Amino acid sequence: MNSKPLPTDPMIRELIRHAQKAQLNRRTLLTGAAAGATGLALAACSTGPGELSAAPDESDTNKKVRWDNWALYVDVDDAGNYPTIDAFEAQTGIKVEYTEAVDDNNTYYGKVKDQLSLGRDIGADAVCLTDWMVARLIRFGYTQKLDYANMPNVANNLLPSLQDVDFDPGREMSVPWQGGFAGIAWNKEQVPNGIKSVQDLWKPELKGRVGALSEMRDTMGLIMLDQGVDISGKWGDDEFNAAIDEFSKQVADGQIRNIKGNSYKEDLVNEDTLAAIVWSGDIVQLNAENGDKWDFVVPDAGGTLWNDNFMVPIGSPAKSNVEEMINYYYDPAVAAEVAAYVNYITPVAGAKEAAAAIDPELANNKLIFPDDDTLSKAFVFRGLDNSEEQKYNAAFQSVLLGAA
Amino acid sequence: MALAALSTSTAQAPADTSRKSSPVALFLLLPGILYLVLFFLTPLVSLLLTSFKAPTEFGDFGQFSYAFRWENYADVIATYWPHIIRSFGYALAATFFALIISYPLAYFIGVKARRWPLLQSLALVMVIAPFFISFLLRTLAWKQIFSDESFLVTSLKAMSLLAPDAHVTGTAFSVIFGLTYNFIPFMTLPLYTTLERLDVRYLEAGSDLYASPFHVFRKVTIPLSMPGIVAGTLLTFIPAAGDYINASREFLGGTGTQMIGNVIEANFLVLQNFPAGAALSIILMSVILVFVSIYVKKSGTEELL
Repeated sequence: MNSKPLPTDPMIRELIRHAQKAQLNRRTLLTGAAAGATGLALAACSTGPGELSAAPDESDTNKKVRWDNWALYVDVDDAGNYPTIDAFEAQTGIKVEYTEAVDDNNTYYGKVKDQLSLGRDIGADAVCLTDWMVARLIRFGYTQKLDYANMPNVANNLLPSLQDVDFDPGREMSVPWQGGFAGIAWNKEQVPNGIKSVQDLWKPELKGRVGALSEMRDTMGLIMLDQGVDISGKWGDDEFNAAIDEFSKQVADGQIRNIKGNSYKEDLVNEDTLAAIVWSGDIVQLNAENGDKWDFVVPDAGGTLWNDNFMVPIGSPAKSNVEEMINYYYDPAVAAEVAAYVNYITPVAGAKEAAAAIDPELANNKLIFPDDDTLSKAFVFRGLDNSEEQKYNAAFQSVLLGAA
Repeated sequence: MALAALSTSTAQAPADTSRKSSPVALFLLLPGILYLVLFFLTPLVSLLLTSFKAPTEFGDFGQFSYAFRWENYADVIATYWPHIIRSFGYALAATFFALIISYPLAYFIGVKARRWPLLQSLALVMVIAPFFISFLLRTLAWKQIFSDESFLVTSLKAMSLLAPDAHVTGTAFSVIFGLTYNFIPFMTLPLYTTLERLDVRYLEAGSDLYASPFHVFRKVTIPLSMPGIVAGTLLTFIPAAGDYINASREFLGGTGTQMIGNVIEANFLVLQNFPAGAALSIILMSVILVFVSIYVKKSGTEELL
């Protein structure tokens, strides 16, 4: 370490010896710590994936539900209270801790996946996530089986079209909360002729003013539909690659400039984006806040339809309480109250009639209560298997990162 | 991290000559060491192990097992080399501009304003004041200022200083601007602390010896303020190279301006490709470490750190 001869002065010699010893100590300590850390990391990896089992239900003794949901996704009054949740608490005595914890399916998953894989409590008893993410959680065995005996309203009022989905046959693990379309919106002043199809977004005069969603299934779904692919049916790499080529070209040419998640609304408001692939409910809310500036359409070639679904994480001890809460929200009158605020599609049959009693105009809003014509144009992106999910996500992300 | 590594070179000299090292000193160091082990060393080892993981056989999305798959490094370099180069390019540019802007500012506050202590402290407060507002908010504000229909951009277009179909957000300009803006205080403060101690009698001596003002600046002021320049550039360059906010598509960047931080974020959070994200993080750290070591060696300021 130090080949220089030590100085002759005994005091300085002693000092240097001390300093060297201290350094040595520190080094041994660090080596020891590194070995310990390695050991820890190895120990963590040795717990292989086993069969997970649901946590015991303590609903009877602990009347509580912790509900993680997206922002602006339940009714709120001016005082910041949640009227339907308050009514549920008064009715059943179950305390609801409502948290706007979900900002993005992927980031939420990233936050809870380690606890889920060990079957531990993630700090939530009910979580609302989008179809494909729920599909992944069900596939991994991270969800609890729901008991329909506790949810008669769901059995009676869940819309028939949502009763059977490919990722959850018979809806054993998940129940829809709200749904919506991805379609096209445009600024009525700046784009007076409107937009009818995805092709219209590629018009030269809109260069650099077009937005798309960073949610792969919605953006790619709309482009594939425009290319004549039935996204719910059988399709494979060829169809996806044709669509990603188109998308990649429009991004590289600067036609599409903004590709975002929830924050695309700011771009619409400040007019960086004049036309975009967007979610239906947001446009209803934006129009309510900024004056009737935008129009929304599900293109004739088709738009995507998605749902966010309740599921009970494997480690939650409050499954029956959650079931009771889901049952409450499947009362048409309650569902109508929520729909009036959140502006997304309710999965509850009879909610339209209940909404007409609150506000007839609300019941006529085709984005909240879609008619058959709108529904016939909306398609669900088919479930992807593991290798497809990896491949398609990677291709889509490389366009977003400019690495294609 | 770089600073910690560099400090070992100076640790060879006995730091404390007035006291013998005692168990008390070690005891006092214990919280710091524990902190480093827990929050630096453990994550670093875990990151290193993750970077060599391989996809679990028949595993599902985002499932990896421990292995020694060094190809992860080759893969990410082959795919993301433009982002790596871009990150360091942007960071260098931002550091350069921050230095150009901060030096006169720090010189003014630290040297020229000495006669008016009130002005000096007021100016310092103004440098630090932006910290009172979240830097996300400030960056979003710039995004609004640079938006297509904003006063600034429409005026520039009206004056034909900007092509009619040009944009400001989502370009290299806006990302470097954002980086520069956000890191100016980190550059100004260390520069100020060294310039504040600058003995102006040296400058007077220089001019007494018939050196031109430029000559005095180059031969006296700059060498004396070197510790501040090195500290400031490091404090700007290191975080700027890894920054993912300014270049993010949600803020000032676009698909063509993504930096390595954005790639790491996408790999960890969206693609769940943890080995790729970890390998990129290790590469980022190593490159910065090499850069900084060379820089510190070349500028001859090891003993000043």
